[in-house]
Amino acid sequence: MTAYKIIHHYYDALVVGAGGAGLRAALGLAESGLSTACISKVFPTRSHTVAAQGGISAALGNMGEDDWRWHVYDTVKGSDWLGDQDAIEFMCREGISAVLELEHYGVPFSRTAEGTIYQRAFGGMTTHQGAGTAQRTCAAADLTGHAILHTLYQQSLKHRVEFFIEYYTLDLIMDDGVCRGVLAWNLQEGSLHWFHAHTTLLATGGYGRCYFSCTGAHTSTGDGCGMVIRAGLPLQDMEFVQIHPTGIYGAGCLVTEGVRGEGGYLTNALGERFMPHYAPKAKDLASRDVVSRAMTLEIRAGRGVGPDRDHLHLHLEHLDAALIEERLPGISQTVKIFAGVDVTRAPIPVIPTVHYNMGGIPTNRMGEVITLDANQTDQVVPGLMAIGEAACVSVHGANRLGSNSLLDLIVFGRAAARQAAATIQPGQAHKPLGSLASEAALTRFDRLRHAKGTQRTASIRLAMQKIMQAHAGVFRTGPLLADGLRQMQETLASFADVSLSDRSLIWNTDLVETLELANLLPLATTTLAAALNREESRGAHAREDFPERDDVHWLKHSLQWLDETHTLRSAYRPVHLYTLTDAIDVIPPQPRVY
Amino acid sequence: MGLFNLPTGSRIQPGIQHPPPPGEGPLRRFEIYRYDPDTGANPRLDVFWVDTAQCGPMVLDALIRIKNETDSTLTFRRSCREGVCGSCAMNVDGQNTLACTRALGDCATDTVRIYPLPHQTVIKDLVPDQTRFFAQYASIKPWLQTESPTPPDRERRQSREERARLDGLYECILCACCATACPSYWWNGERYLGPASLLQAYRWIADSRDEQTGERLDALEDPFKLYRCHTIMNCVQVCPKNLNPAQAIGEIKALLVERQA
Repeated sequence: MTAYKIIHHYYDALVVGAGGAGLRAALGLAESGLSTACISKVFPTRSHTVAAQGGISAALGNMGEDDWRWHVYDTVKGSDWLGDQDAIEFMCREGISAVLELEHYGVPFSRTAEGTIYQRAFGGMTTHQGAGTAQRTCAAADLTGHAILHTLYQQSLKHRVEFFIEYYTLDLIMDDGVCRGVLAWNLQEGSLHWFHAHTTLLATGGYGRCYFSCTGAHTSTGDGCGMVIRAGLPLQDMEFVQIHPTGIYGAGCLVTEGVRGEGGYLTNALGERFMPHYAPKAKDLASRDVVSRAMTLEIRAGRGVGPDRDHLHLHLEHLDAALIEERLPGISQTVKIFAGVDVTRAPIPVIPTVHYNMGGIPTNRMGEVITLDANQTDQVVPGLMAIGEAACVSVHGANRLGSNSLLDLIVFGRAAARQAAATIQPGQAHKPLGSLASEAALTRFDRLRHAKGTQRTASIRLAMQKIMQAHAGVFRTGPLLADGLRQMQETLASFADVSLSDRSLIWNTDLVETLELANLLPLATTTLAAALNREESRGAHAREDFPERDDVHWLKHSLQWLDETHTLRSAYRPVHLYTLTDAIDVIPPQPRVY
Repeated sequence: MGLFNLPTGSRIQPGIQHPPPPGEGPLRRFEIYRYDPDTGANPRLDVFWVDTAQCGPMVLDALIRIKNETDSTLTFRRSCREGVCGSCAMNVDGQNTLACTRALGDCATDTVRIYPLPHQTVIKDLVPDQTRFFAQYASIKPWLQTESPTPPDRERRQSREERARLDGLYECILCACCATACPSYWWNGERYLGPASLLQAYRWIADSRDEQTGERLDALEDPFKLYRCHTIMNCVQVCPKNLNPAQAIGEIKALLVERQA
């Protein structure tokens, strides 16, 4: 093996990832007086939070009556009762102050006539437990993620967070079950860096790129989830992958649900608005899983549009052009570029597209990572935290409501920073570790850097993406999943035969993509395995062979481990059917009708 | 007569001619700038061919196709692929742009020529060093600065009209297409802040919630930081988000004049 010189850094806290969750946590940590490093493989404002469009939910009540308890009800129902109700209560209650704090940071929210934050309607967001439509989603036109991400980066500059930008994090440094930091690679200089920290927060985002077509960025490769599963820790609820109803046909770019929130609607080849048949009350603003299934059924029934009858139309050309310009300028531009359509004149060709991972690294509501001990009870992994899409708190359960994702980032980013600040003394001593602690990570890095197999990274990646696209989509069946899992195990094994052509240490994106693929493959495998195990339909997981929700057997979180021999293991955790305080009662499982 | 040479590492050599891929599809020729930091040799122009029937519609799709199928050492930044993150800014057919939103159909028909953003140190291939660009952005203190107390349990009020003044300013994605297209920035990039940072400086001056307008203007009143803008307007021409940094710079100048009066 090449002898690598390693540069050591010592911090109280370390954040891996500089998207919405990572930046919110990093700035909270810096504010609290902890020495904090934030490592990111991309410049912070390139993180995928930047692509969030529609908004961030919080029951401010600026546009009509609202109550955070209704937000809890909607989120629990949206999650198909798989969400943990204590964490959901925490998110919806804390969300109000967390969003106002964003405004105080300078986020350029759109405004009401009174000068307060503009809020729009979004799928599944209601008043009085489903009686009316709530306007709860706080928006900065349709560039809310951009507005929030840039503002958080600006605040991080103000609070002098120490950034390590275009550093790729290779692995966690684990020492007898405790996380002591990470090993990372500086792309620009080609050097290796060992970050020692009392707590490591993973804020690395989702893993949409294990699919062939997704709304996620090329960099959404689940690096934190990959590190966690390599460290022998479980991932939770991996079977729940949100498929957004409206990706641009062909390109896969997202068209915000805010389009429907502002009055847009879907039609089929007959020009018929079909959503009322599937969701009589909420219609086009039903939950995302419901709309995506309805669209898939319309296409299956031969009512798709286009020469291949394989997509549908999203209309907003009936809306006032001035309103479109004010509230939806971003998607107007994106649709023009990627579909060649002027949204003020013609419908947008759309198709359900992979969008979000409800599953991820299991945590409690403080962001501490959870595993199971020998007695199958929850155990905190010392020194390790996870937040944002990488984590599974779980507030989204089996299906996330639109605009709850940005809220999740901000609320749990802030909560994790508070928890770390409460448990770490600034400047406390680091446990001395021998070089052996980084050896496994270093060996893996060196082996992949010099990989001389017969299969290109791109060809293994394409095989994985095609399997996921065909076997883990909107509707699933046992045989389809079993076949997908068998193929994925072969693809996972084929990675031993990977081949690179770039051997450099400087900006070697051939190696970065290979390391990303090494993270994606176990995530794809556990997604299929968890989906095969779960013999019921709940939220985004729709099994045609088990079309009903089964609360008797499956009202539980699933955990998946995958060891170095590619052996899968599963276990379960109970759903928290209790709230955090007396301010709200538990919402017992009910039939989920929109 | 004096004999002048370009600095080492800036004379572009002919590079590798990759053969066209097999198949029947319509082919497109690409010339792509390559620089290998490990050898330090002069940069070169490699020639690639892409079967456009097998490739998506954008320049970025072609780059990814080349990396996947022909040469996995080809190095470029990319992330969102929909024009909102600013990663894949580069020079295509002589114009700075985002590779992800520049359609191949809008490129030169004979050969698509792809270079890194101009006048920045190249780290590798199409990846320039943007450290200075981001440091300049940080130098304008791009965060809300207030004196009056923050209302504890509600937002700072801002009218729709006040908020509308931020349209066309806050949407900047920091891709650096504008700054690296500006001849003034080429000459005085160490001292002139350039269009992107000045656009952001004005974004905070224009924000009704910010209470440090005077200090912000003081910081800009400098022959180099601001006044090296000579309204060449390349920034406006290349901005992939259709923003107008030149106008924002004009507004700052107008405020300074107004202040003197």
